[in-house]
Amino acid sequence: MGRAHIARTIGDTLLKVDNVSLGFGGVKALTDVSFDIAKGEIRAIIGPNGAGKSSMLNCINGFYQPSQGSISYKGVVRGAMRPYEAARGGIARTFQNIALFKGMSTLDNIMTGRLLKMKRGFLWQCLHWGPAQAEEIAHRETVERVIDFLEIQAIRKTPVGRLPYGLQKRVELGRALAAEPELLLLDEPMAGMNLEEKEDMCRFILDVNEQFGTTIALIEHDMGVVMDISDRVVVLEYGRKIADGTPDTVKADPKVIAAYLGTGHG
Amino acid sequence: MLYREAGQFKTSYSADQGIFPILQDRIGMAILLAVAFVAVPLLASDYFLSTIFIPFLVFSVAAIGLNILTGYCGQLSLGTGGFMACGAYAAYKFATAFPELNIVVVFLLSGGVAAAVGVVFGVPSLRIKGFYLAVATLASQFFLIWLFTKVPWFVNYSPSGVISAPPREVFGWYVTGIEATAEAKYLFCLAFVAVLALVAKNLVRGRIGRAWMAIRDMDIAAEIIGIRPLQTKLLAFAVSSFYCGVAGALWAFIYTSSVEALAFDINRSFQILFMIIIGGLGSILGAFLGAAFIVLLPIFLSAVPQAMGVPVTTSTLAHLEFMIFGGLIVFFLIVEPHGLARLWQLAKEKLRLWPFPH
Amino acid sequence: MDFMIDFLFGPLKEIWEFPIFFVEVVVGGILTGVMYSLVALGFVLIFKASGVFNFAQGAMVLCAALTFVGFHELGVPQWLSLILTLGVMVALAFAIERIVLRPLVNQAPIILFMATIGITFFIDGFFQMVWGEDVKRLDIGIPKEPLEIGGVLVNTFDIVAALVAGTLVGVLAFFFQSTRIGRALRAVADDHQAAQSVGIPLQTIWVIVWSVAGIVALVAGIMWGSKLGVQFSLALIALKALPVLILGGFTSIPGAIIGGLIIGVGEKVAEVFWAAKIGGGIEDWFAYILALFFLMFRPQGLFGERIIERV
Repeated sequence: MGRAHIARTIGDTLLKVDNVSLGFGGVKALTDVSFDIAKGEIRAIIGPNGAGKSSMLNCINGFYQPSQGSISYKGVVRGAMRPYEAARGGIARTFQNIALFKGMSTLDNIMTGRLLKMKRGFLWQCLHWGPAQAEEIAHRETVERVIDFLEIQAIRKTPVGRLPYGLQKRVELGRALAAEPELLLLDEPMAGMNLEEKEDMCRFILDVNEQFGTTIALIEHDMGVVMDISDRVVVLEYGRKIADGTPDTVKADPKVIAAYLGTGHG
Repeated sequence: MLYREAGQFKTSYSADQGIFPILQDRIGMAILLAVAFVAVPLLASDYFLSTIFIPFLVFSVAAIGLNILTGYCGQLSLGTGGFMACGAYAAYKFATAFPELNIVVVFLLSGGVAAAVGVVFGVPSLRIKGFYLAVATLASQFFLIWLFTKVPWFVNYSPSGVISAPPREVFGWYVTGIEATAEAKYLFCLAFVAVLALVAKNLVRGRIGRAWMAIRDMDIAAEIIGIRPLQTKLLAFAVSSFYCGVAGALWAFIYTSSVEALAFDINRSFQILFMIIIGGLGSILGAFLGAAFIVLLPIFLSAVPQAMGVPVTTSTLAHLEFMIFGGLIVFFLIVEPHGLARLWQLAKEKLRLWPFPH
Repeated sequence: MDFMIDFLFGPLKEIWEFPIFFVEVVVGGILTGVMYSLVALGFVLIFKASGVFNFAQGAMVLCAALTFVGFHELGVPQWLSLILTLGVMVALAFAIERIVLRPLVNQAPIILFMATIGITFFIDGFFQMVWGEDVKRLDIGIPKEPLEIGGVLVNTFDIVAALVAGTLVGVLAFFFQSTRIGRALRAVADDHQAAQSVGIPLQTIWVIVWSVAGIVALVAGIMWGSKLGVQFSLALIALKALPVLILGGFTSIPGAIIGGLIIGVGEKVAEVFWAAKIGGGIEDWFAYILALFFLMFRPQGLFGERIIERV
């Protein structure tokens, strides 16, 4: 089990979460959580509903600010920040409830993933000619590679609002990939998919990790998938970390079994 | 049969990203431009030029401006009139303070002034969203109109409070003032509108337009993929106000030749908003269609009862106009939120198959 | 510089020297503010119950007042005219629900807002066409003599208006908090689909709440109409209620009241003591700038609910 047999370089710590707590008024979403994500690995965050998984991702990409503790990225402790700063640092993500730009086509949606990398100034944009056009075409080529990779050539010009759920999830992944992130956060990438779509999505995730060396942190409920594709798993329950390790050790952990089967709380 | 893209293969991304990727559209646009630049000034009477074509062009610029802010960037504004007034008064001040300055430069500068004012009133958009922002834009509307009415410096201390466009020429032709012919005014306006529309189209189909639409469709997701919300919204406010400002300057100098602040009151803002709702939110073509519709409807309304011999008083007519506009807004929002522009697109899709049923 | 000092501190000196006059201005502001609140209430009701920001509230005030006076001028006694107007307002609520709201259900709030702008224009046009556009005098027998209370001059009419507004707020608060329909209204406001799934008839609720807003509009129309005469400018009162709303928060009835008072007092004081120095006529925009200033610090309004954003 696991993917230890695949030759990849799993390197130093890319992101480190140190004693992070997060509260909304009286509700504690996260309490004193610490774990790290190593460069090049696929890291899964699992746990029952309401365990604080999405809140964790939101902290990592700067949408929420931890009320205590710190997050260091590439060895630097981050201060209070806005999400776009995290994006500039190379963190991209997808969402539990699809957050595509409904009024735009698949192509334009994925192009938005390239916005950070497009630099031509306002006056060139007014002309849409010369350097601005060259830039547009260069990025279009990258986006087309993403489209080929995800096998969504046929829906290039379709408004995303008209696409079925599974394809929307794929377009959303495409938008994140187009940013060429160093750390990719996936919030339930396979929720609500049928078996075939799940298999496709697994393949894409593994390919991204292997071909581009992208570090991936994902939240997923399908235990089979999690155990198959991830290198290490962190388990949250009621906002606290209860286990952390390889899929095999986590699976055997009595606290994890208790959390999922509901014993031990009676 | 005649209108189709079959057989037109695109071999480069630049061809695929053109404004009119289909050959027939390019031909159509060329014909339209030829008609607008040559046939209209030759054939249309002065009356038609100055009561239909010129206001249509001026409204189009304002509608493009509002559509950039509301249709593309999703920030509803009820302050269009205020920004138009900014442009009109700035143009007047520039033109009278620097008589040597070319009128084209004057208009561009006054657009710039309006853009700066737009940015100031756009700052709250970082914290305020949706209706709160719409109501906040009313602040700019009321404040600006008050300012131009109360501060005599803006009208060069003219006792009537009315500004009159001084005569100015371009290439030896008068385009403003009494000596300007309707044809010259029309062509000047048209050139302005053509360039501004092209620039707007370029902006919305590139990097900046995508950032605007991302903010419009889902601002949180936009921020998470790296778009800076404040800068993006402020840019939309600036560009939008620039267009509205130029529209205001064109209004004051070319369309009416003399103007008072009340011409840009809140009803003007609503009028422009109606244009983009009816024409199509988030469409440059829609801005033109909406402007044409709103310019023509009142003319049509007053002509029909006359032609049918039914006597209708002007006040009834005004009320009727209110009702029809109101009804149409609701109708379009329910039936076709993308307005006339979307209907045009549907018609083109039908045309692809015509004369075959499928 | 002298101008700035004079502008900033001159009025303060004036206030210090004539405290009674200042109190009179403040009281006048409070009473006008109550009248603003009266209009703002209608907005809050509809927003609470249907999430629609009803720009047409001002037009509804105009239409209620026009209809009331219109029937009366036809020789109908006032009590009957009142009942007829109530009927018209309920019919209007039915029509709006059926023709506009139902087809637009689940659309983005901003679309619904624009639809209500459409409704505004339609109502303005239609009711003026039916009843004419001349200024009509409305007298419901409230005395307008000034009254002296503790050395401060107050208009009797304003006091009656404040009492009416207070009563209305009390009734509405009771209606919302303690009746079965009120509970259903709050449920609908929270989540349309969830409310429907527990068997609350959405359409009926909407008709009820628009009717209630219509009744509030009628009260506001009668009060404002007897103060200013019934004419088109009544519809513009709505523009005064908007800053009250953004100040108080769209969802809060107390917010509408407090917001109205702040705007009323702020506007009167600024108008009387400061406006003359900068040309006067600031009542069109002062309330907006004041509200905007507050908004920069509390984007959800003074009493609005804080929104936690999620993804």
